[in-house]
Amino acid sequence: MNSNNSDRRQFLKNAAVGLAGGAAGLAVGQGWSAKGQTVASAAPVTGVPSDSIGLQGHVHNEPPRRGARYSIDHLTHYTPLQDYMGIITPAPLHFVQQHSSEFPEIDASQHRLTIHGMVDRPLSFSMDDLKRLPSVSRVHFVECHGNSSPAIHAPGAGNPNMGMPVQYIHGMASCSEWSGVPFSVLLNEAGIRKQGTWLVLEGGDQGKFSHTLPTAKALDDCFVAYGQNGEPLRREQGYPIRALVPGWEGPHNVKYLKHIKVVDEPYNTWNESMNHSVSRPDLGGKARWYHFQWATKSVITRPSGGMEMRKGYNQITGLAWSGAGRITKVDISTDGGKTWKEAKIQGPVHSKAHTRFTYDWAWNGEEAMLMSRATDETGDVQPSLAELTQHWGMQASDWKKKERPRAIHMNAIQPWHIARDGSITDAMFA
Amino acid sequence: MQCSLKVLVPALVLIAPVALAQSQRAFPNVGQPLSQQEVQAFDRMIGPEGKELPAGRGTVKEGEAIFAKRCEICHGKGGENGLTHHLVAGQPGKPFKGPFYGVEKDGPSYFPYPTIAWDYINRAMPASNPGSLKTNEVYALVAYLYYRNGIIKETEVMDQTTLPKVVMPNKDGFVPAKPVYPPDPTKPSWY
Repeated sequence: MNSNNSDRRQFLKNAAVGLAGGAAGLAVGQGWSAKGQTVASAAPVTGVPSDSIGLQGHVHNEPPRRGARYSIDHLTHYTPLQDYMGIITPAPLHFVQQHSSEFPEIDASQHRLTIHGMVDRPLSFSMDDLKRLPSVSRVHFVECHGNSSPAIHAPGAGNPNMGMPVQYIHGMASCSEWSGVPFSVLLNEAGIRKQGTWLVLEGGDQGKFSHTLPTAKALDDCFVAYGQNGEPLRREQGYPIRALVPGWEGPHNVKYLKHIKVVDEPYNTWNESMNHSVSRPDLGGKARWYHFQWATKSVITRPSGGMEMRKGYNQITGLAWSGAGRITKVDISTDGGKTWKEAKIQGPVHSKAHTRFTYDWAWNGEEAMLMSRATDETGDVQPSLAELTQHWGMQASDWKKKERPRAIHMNAIQPWHIARDGSITDAMFA
Repeated sequence: MQCSLKVLVPALVLIAPVALAQSQRAFPNVGQPLSQQEVQAFDRMIGPEGKELPAGRGTVKEGEAIFAKRCEICHGKGGENGLTHHLVAGQPGKPFKGPFYGVEKDGPSYFPYPTIAWDYINRAMPASNPGSLKTNEVYALVAYLYYRNGIIKETEVMDQTTLPKVVMPNKDGFVPAKPVYPPDPTKPSWY
């Protein structure tokens, strides 16, 4: 309890934002919790005893912690992007977007992955079978399609804890080394037929989370992952297996993967039709769906919202990523986009993975606006908010509306405002 | 010789495509073959055309009673003002586009295909005991929800023939109209 309280004081100080008690956001069937008061930090749901998790032993007993948001049928944990280094998100800090109220308890020895539908040989694989097959291990980001959504930015968006630390704005993205069996191996074993151009993936969770995946993408670089950062998948990440669909929006990465049905058209499951499409003004109110791939994106994680700036040298650092391939360039602006200078790519650089960048900077105590802008190997450049606003058929003033646009697939450049007193705030819609 | 070639060549032409389609297993003995019966026992996934829909039927009236017993606790009376997922949305029989602004609402008036609700209810509902509804109950619940949203008449019966033919008000509400892969290369990746 003491450490929770001290965490909370620290959060209040850092965030410099009023938090009217831990239960401020609680309403019927829904709640929010502050950094350090999370379901996850109190009792990590991982399937292993909490005292065996190394992160619990951090100095001052203040490990980086995820924030949580939960409701009757939904659970979200936000990765503390500002608190870890390099490109790998420690597994217990990986974001979680669970579309049911609990994590299933699956007995791995009983779990089977079936491949059926338009195949010559329907097959069932045990965990032992999967581990006998040729494996790959690759570093990839996974990101929720709703990450960085405008609905999240700024206080007043429904959550008193939101809109400050980068964690709560962009923390539904994480990056891990994932290990498993390529879809190409499994589909070949089952003898996929030519007309089987789409797959429907179904999870073994309570909500039977399901998603369609084009066979071409599956054969290209997707795999059935059983390992994350050297350990078996955690329960919240889909134990014992999940789909890993590099560079594509989070929902494709079906957790607790149980069935792969080979079909000849997209199946438009409830999850796809409902949650993963949003009406857009530029499309006459029609909903854009099936974005597939994440676009080029970056965010400065330090210094970032809620932190305090001190005069003199401050390294600017952050993460950049693209669903299309490698990051080739990150530009930094400290004057709100008037001038840009190239940041250093720290490396290692992996395709469809978080890429760390750094930039040497000395703050002179004057007002400043920090921005990062990523470019990927296909030449795709991260758009500004103004570009997205125009693209979506909106007016700049629409962002000030009380009811915020539910835009998904958001990859606009993130500005952080530094005031003369050293306080840093989210200036996306300022 | 000539004679045997005349027979052999057409025979090879006929056999070759079949042999190619039957790809070889690289790792025989890994994984268990599944029989058609075994697949049928677990495969509940229903596509947009409803080809896999099982035989059964349900009425609006039956659905109303089942909804009150099994669904109301979370979704509210008649599918409105519940703890989660408001199941009646927009104007009766009109497409519900879902808001670009404000909170997420949903309901059958938003679905592009009539089979989506059937498939989801059948596999994932009720949340406390997914998969426990009988086939006729699922047809009845879908009939009730579509009636509540003004999509079908109170007297219409839902079965494996009538359900896929229901015209959903928002069927033209999605871009692209039918998902295609690879996507349009002329559009920016953040389109």
